[in-house]
Amino acid sequence: MSQHSKEWLTQTLRQMLVIRTFEETADKLTLRGKVPGGMHNSSGQEAVAVGSMSALAADDVIATTHRSHHHTLAKGFTAKEVMAELFTKATGCSRGRGGSMHLGDFHRGHFGGNGIVGAGVGIGMGAALGIKQLGHKKVSVGFVGDGGMNTGRTWEAINMAVIYKLPYIIVVDNNQYAVETFVDRVTGGKDIAKRAAGFGLPSYTINGQNVLEVHQYVSEARERALKGEGPTFINALTYRYYGHNVGEKGQYRTQDEIADWRQNRDPIDGFSSHLISEGVITADAFEAMKADVTKEIDEAVAFAESSPEPDPASIMVDVDSGLLGVSK
Amino acid sequence: MSATDTAARTANPSYSEAFQQGVREEMQSNEGIFIIGTDLIERGGHFAQVKGIAQEFGENRVKDAPISEAAMVAGGMGAAMYGCHPIVDLNFIDFSLGAMDEIINQAAKIRFMFGQPVPLVIRATSGVALGGAHHSNALESLFAHTAGLSLAVPSRPWDVKGLIKTALRTPDPVVFLMHKKLSGVRGEIDPANNLIPFGKANSLRSGKDCAIITYGYTTVTALKAAQELEKSGTDVEVIDLRTLYPLDTDAINAAVQKYGRIVVVDEAPMFASITAEIAATATEHNFKYLKGPIVRLGGVRAPISANPKMSDAAIPSVQGIIDAVNKVMAY
Repeated sequence: MSQHSKEWLTQTLRQMLVIRTFEETADKLTLRGKVPGGMHNSSGQEAVAVGSMSALAADDVIATTHRSHHHTLAKGFTAKEVMAELFTKATGCSRGRGGSMHLGDFHRGHFGGNGIVGAGVGIGMGAALGIKQLGHKKVSVGFVGDGGMNTGRTWEAINMAVIYKLPYIIVVDNNQYAVETFVDRVTGGKDIAKRAAGFGLPSYTINGQNVLEVHQYVSEARERALKGEGPTFINALTYRYYGHNVGEKGQYRTQDEIADWRQNRDPIDGFSSHLISEGVITADAFEAMKADVTKEIDEAVAFAESSPEPDPASIMVDVDSGLLGVSK
Repeated sequence: MSATDTAARTANPSYSEAFQQGVREEMQSNEGIFIIGTDLIERGGHFAQVKGIAQEFGENRVKDAPISEAAMVAGGMGAAMYGCHPIVDLNFIDFSLGAMDEIINQAAKIRFMFGQPVPLVIRATSGVALGGAHHSNALESLFAHTAGLSLAVPSRPWDVKGLIKTALRTPDPVVFLMHKKLSGVRGEIDPANNLIPFGKANSLRSGKDCAIITYGYTTVTALKAAQELEKSGTDVEVIDLRTLYPLDTDAINAAVQKYGRIVVVDEAPMFASITAEIAATATEHNFKYLKGPIVRLGGVRAPISANPKMSDAAIPSVQGIIDAVNKVMAY
C-alpha cells in the first residue's frame, strides 16, 4: 500500500462508492420503470472494475460485457452520461441508442458493453491487434464473466492474442453465476485459470474483492504487455449481490451465501476500514464522502430525468456512413 | 514466370489478380490496411487472391491466422474500431457462419449504437461450385438483409479491382463476395487508380427487347443465353448489379420502363431472395410499365449436392434463362 498516495487511495475508495451508489439508485429506478429493458446490477463487483481501470492509462482500451456500469464509471465516464444512457436519453454516452448493455465511446478507449456473452473478449483482442499493427504503446483489456468462459469464441480470441503476442489483458469478472447457473456446475475442470494457462499465457486467480490486489495484477500485466511479452489472463473472484437482471431473486443461491459475501468480503467495507485504520482517511471524512457521492448520483438522476429522448426521425442516421449510398 | 507472361498478366489479369492489384494499390497509400486469414503468406490464399502481397508488404500486413473465424472477424473488427482498415479473408463464405455473431450482431451494429466507424472488409468466395453443401452456399440474402452491411458481388476483374478499392476507402463493414467459378477468368482492369462506386449496376450487353438483371457468376450464364436468343431474333440486355447493397434501384426501374419485360436471375435459393427484392421493387414503382409479370429464376431451396449433375440442377441454366426470356417475350 505504501506505493500509493493518499489522494490515489481516497480516489479509489470514492470511485467504488460512486459505482455502488449508482447501482443501488439505478436498481430502484429500474423497478419504477425508468430504465427500458432493465439492467444488470454490478453491486459487489466494484473492486474488479476500479482495481483494473486504476492500473490503466486513460487512452488504454477496454471492451466489456452486458454488466458493465462499473467498468464504464471506473473508466472515467460521468454518472450523468451513464445514467442518461440507462434512461435511453439523447444525452447518454451512446446517445440513447445503446442502453444499459451498450455503454461506450471509442474516443475514450471504451469499445462498448455487449449483449452477447464473450463478444467483448473478441473486440478487445481486436483492439489490441490494432494497437500492435499501428505500433502504439497502449494495452487493451477485455472483460468477461464466468459465463463467457464456456463459449468457444472466448478461447479463439485468447489463442489469437497469444500467437500474435498482443498487448492484451483478459479480466474475468467472475461473479460465479452465469445468470442463475453456478460456475462449477458448467465448467469442466473447474479451474478457469488452469484452463487459460493451457493456451500459453500467464494466468492467475486472484481476490477480486481486494482493489489493491486487482490493481497490482493488472499493473503487472500491463507492464508485460507494453514490453511486448503478450497477453495475461486474470480470473478475479467476486460476487454480485443482486439477481442477474433487476428484480430477479431466484432460488439458486442461499441468503446465507449472499450475507456472507456482503458482511465478510465486501470490497468497499474492507477497503474503507483499512484506510480508516491506517489513518489515510477519518471516519468523518468517509461519511462526508458518502454524502458527496450521493449528491453526485442524485444530480445524475435529475440530469437523466430532464434530458430529451433521441428523435425517432433520426433512426436511419449512422446505420452506415452513407458514403456508399443507400438503397431506395 | 517469364517477363513476357508477367506483362501479359498485367494487361489481362485474372479475377483473383485483379483483387491483388486493387488491394496492393490501397495498401501502398493506407498503412492501416492489413489482411488476416488462413494460408495467406506462403500459399497466397486458396484462390491466389493475395499471392505475393506478404512478400511485398511484409508479414505484419498479411497475417496467417488459426482456423478461428470468430476470432478473425472479431480481431479485424476491434482493429477497425481502433483505426485500422483490415481485410478479413474467410476463404469460403460458408465459413462465415462460424463468425455470424461477429458480423451481424457486432460489426454491422456498432456504428448505429456508438456513432463511430468500423472500416472492415470481409472477403470470401461464394456461390455454387463443386465441393458439396459446405463450400457452395450463396448467402447474399442474409447479408443484404442486415442493416449496417454493404455487399459487393463483382463478376469481372475490372469490377473486382474498382470495387475493392472503394471498399477500402469506406468507413463501413463491407462483405466482398467473389464467385469461386470466376477466380481464373481473365479480363481488363483499369490501370489507373479509379474507384467503382457501390450501388451502380453495369450493362454487360445492350438490348432492345428485354432485360436480364443478375450478378456474379450468373452473368456468364445470362450472357450465353443472350447470345443464343439473339440467333432467334430476341435482343436482350444483361445488367450486372455489381453490388447488392446498396442496390441500383434506378437501373432496375429504368430497365422496367424501357422494356416492360424483365427476367431476374441469381443462384441463391429463390425463396426470400434478392430476386424477390428486385421484382418487388420493380413492381411497386413501375407496375404500369410492365407488360407482364417479372420472371424470377434462382436456386432451389435445397442444400447443394456434391454430385455435379445434382449441383447443376440446383441453379439456373442457360436453357432455363432462354425459356424465361421467351416467356416474358410472349406477354
